[in-house]
Parts: sequence; structure tokens; C-alpha cells
Amino acid sequence: MLASLQTRGAATVKMTPDEAQTLLASQRRQRPVSPHLTAYDFKQTWFSPSVWTRITGGGMTAALYVFSLSYLAAPLTGWHLESASLVAAAASLPFAAMAGLKLLVTWPFMFHLFNGTRHLVWDLAKGYNKPVIHAGNIAVWSGSLLSALGIAYFL
Amino acid sequence: MAALRSSSSRLLAAASRSSAGPSMFVRSMASVGDATVNAVPKSSSSARNKTFQIYRWNPEEPNEKPKMQSYTLDLNKTGPMILDALVRIKNEVDPTLTFRRSCREGICGSCAMNINGQNTLACLCRIPTDTSADTKVYPLPHTYVVKDLVPDLTHFYKQYKSIQPYLQRDTPAPDGREYRQSKADRKKLDGLYECILCACCSTSCPSYWWNAEEYLGPAILLQSYRWIIDSRDERTEARKAALDNSMSLYRCHTILNCTRTCPKGLNPGLAIAEIKKEMAF
Repeated sequence: MLASLQTRGAATVKMTPDEAQTLLASQRRQRPVSPHLTAYDFKQTWFSPSVWTRITGGGMTAALYVFSLSYLAAPLTGWHLESASLVAAAASLPFAAMAGLKLLVTWPFMFHLFNGTRHLVWDLAKGYNKPVIHAGNIAVWSGSLLSALGIAYFL
Repeated sequence: MAALRSSSSRLLAAASRSSAGPSMFVRSMASVGDATVNAVPKSSSSARNKTFQIYRWNPEEPNEKPKMQSYTLDLNKTGPMILDALVRIKNEVDPTLTFRRSCREGICGSCAMNINGQNTLACLCRIPTDTSADTKVYPLPHTYVVKDLVPDLTHFYKQYKSIQPYLQRDTPAPDGREYRQSKADRKKLDGLYECILCACCSTSCPSYWWNAEEYLGPAILLQSYRWIIDSRDERTEARKAALDNSMSLYRCHTILNCTRTCPKGLNPGLAIAEIKKEMAF
């Protein structure tokens, strides 16, 4: 009878509420934060379309500011940023490099356009079915890549 | 309050247990320091051995960093769910492993944890049968860890309290007995009342990771919407006004990890979108 009994050696200590509160506070100070970016499914964190909409938007905004300010400063610094010299510079590049440079502009634009449209639809509280979200993710990633490649290489 | 147990008393208890003599039930104790602990006899040839890597942190040794500990179980002798594996590890291999569990059928929300990169309830999550890949188990992401797989959800519950999750009315029921509701109005609560507040969705949300202090997170916003569209509630405008600031609601950037992770198949992302729509139009 005794042999089949499990005993748990859990010992408890009598404490006043104040002591318990102090111990709790001291434990709370030491608690680690559980892993998040390192533990969570990377497809949902690093490849979430939402964050890439923000990254592409921020990147394009930064690029616009950098170019505009450089253009403004060009007469003073002697840079040649006018359209004609840029076209000539691009034309002198090998085809692969030129298309790669164009891809750097076209992909963020297409991604931001596609997923931005999706966000506008989401704001109407539509398109929240799980299969629709999943299909949309695939469509946005592949659609933006294909259209960006198309623009970069064939336009 | 197991967390309040002092280490000296535990050592004492362990000593008294080991000296209790051969008539007592002897549990195979594993020392926590072991890198790998096996509950698998080497002789069984058809064994389907699966390794589980489990996050460990002990508040009684606060200076030690959290670590992953491996346990190997024979799946032929283990139930189908992750919770079965955890219970078996605790019962047969390592009684110091700590996790919350209660109903084992997805209705209490206690065993919410991060399994193979996705938040879910251990009791509703099948053990992947592929024995070549380890299964990783972490506590809910970006929470303070009380011990092992037990997160501190105090702030989460405080946020729940802050949205006043109860019916508020000023006018008495017309028939003096109960607040009636049309079938169509009742139907609006479907997909909302089923939420068990397991915190899987909130802790899957990167926005909640970075802004948990002020952003309410998907679970609490879903609950908030549950009271906003309840036809019997008369504080709808006050509830919406409480959300009308830059942090409480609008830190939601439609990442939709919440909808993807909900172990009850609910749609917190849609509920938040409905609130935003109600606030805008």
C-alpha cells in the first residue's frame, strides 16, 4: 500500500504577507525575459509582410530624401545628378548591373504597393480568413518579385 | 505558491525523502545539470525516440542563465500531445520541470507555450511524429519567466481588468427580469465569447513584445470588442473613447500573427479591424 503511494517532498514555509511580498518583489527583479525573435517562427517575424511594408516604405522615403538633398546640393558640390548624366551613367553599366540597380528600386516599390493595397483592404475589416491571409502572403511575395524583375529587365 | 519556497527547505525535503527507506516509492531522479536525460531503455528495438528541448530557468539559481535541456522519450509509450510528453517527463524523468496545466482539453488556457516556434496550447498540440527533428518548447515569448515554462501574466490580467470586461447598463430590463437580445445580436458574439485568455495571441504579436506596457494586445482587444458590440451593454461610447489614443489600439499594425496562432481558431486580427472601423466611421 505504502509502496504504491507517491510522495512529493514539497515543503512550504510559513510567511507573513509582508515577507511574501518582499520575496515576490526580489524574484520579480531577477526574472529573465523569455526568448522572442530567436524562438518564434522566423517566417512570421523576419518575413512578415507587415514589417517589410514598413522597411520598404522607410527605405524609399530615405532614398528620396537623400537624392533630393544631393540634387539640391549638386550645383554647389559639382555633382552631376541631372537626368541626362544619370541615364548616360546607367547606359555605360553592364546589363546585369543596370538591371540589378533597377531591381533595388522596383522591388521595394512593388512590394509596398501590393501589400499597402492589402492593408487598405484590411482596414475595411475584409480578408481576414486564414486561407486568404496565407494566399495573400504568397501572392505579395511572389507577385512583387516577379513584377519587379519584369520591370527591371524588360522595361 | 511554489515559487516562494526557499531553497533550504527544498534540500531538506529531498534529504528526508531519500532517507525514507526502501518501502517508499522511488522515483528515478535526474539531476538538473545533465545535458540529456533519457527515459528510454536502450533495449527496445522498435522504440520511436523523440528528443524534446525545453527551456529551463530556476528562480532559486537566478545567476544561472536560462538554458535548453534535452529529454528523450519513446513516443510509443507517450500520449499523442505535447502536454502528455511534458507530464511524462515530469512524472518519470525530471520532477523539477515546471509548467502550468489543468484541463488537458483546451478550455482552461493554462498550458499556453511556444512549441516549435508557434504559440499554442500544449494539450491541443500533437507531438510531431518525425523523430529525426527535435521539438523545442519555450515559454510564451517576451514574458517574464517565473520558472521554466511558467510566464508571469500579471500585467496581461491587469490589462484585461482595465477594459471593464462585464456588462454595464443604466436602464433596467423592460420586463424587469432579464436583458433580452435578438438572435442576430447574439450571433455577433460568436467567435468572441470563446476566447479563453490563454495569451497565445498577445505574446505572438511583435507589436505587443515592444509595447506591452501601453498597447493592449490582441487578446484584450478581442475581449474589448466583445463588450463593444454586445447589444445589451450601454457603455459602448465610453469603451471606444478609452481606446482612442495612439497606444491602446493603434499599435496594431495588422501583422496577423494573432489570427495565425490562436489555438481556439478565433480571429483577434478581425476583431481589432472591426474596432478600428467602428472608431473611424
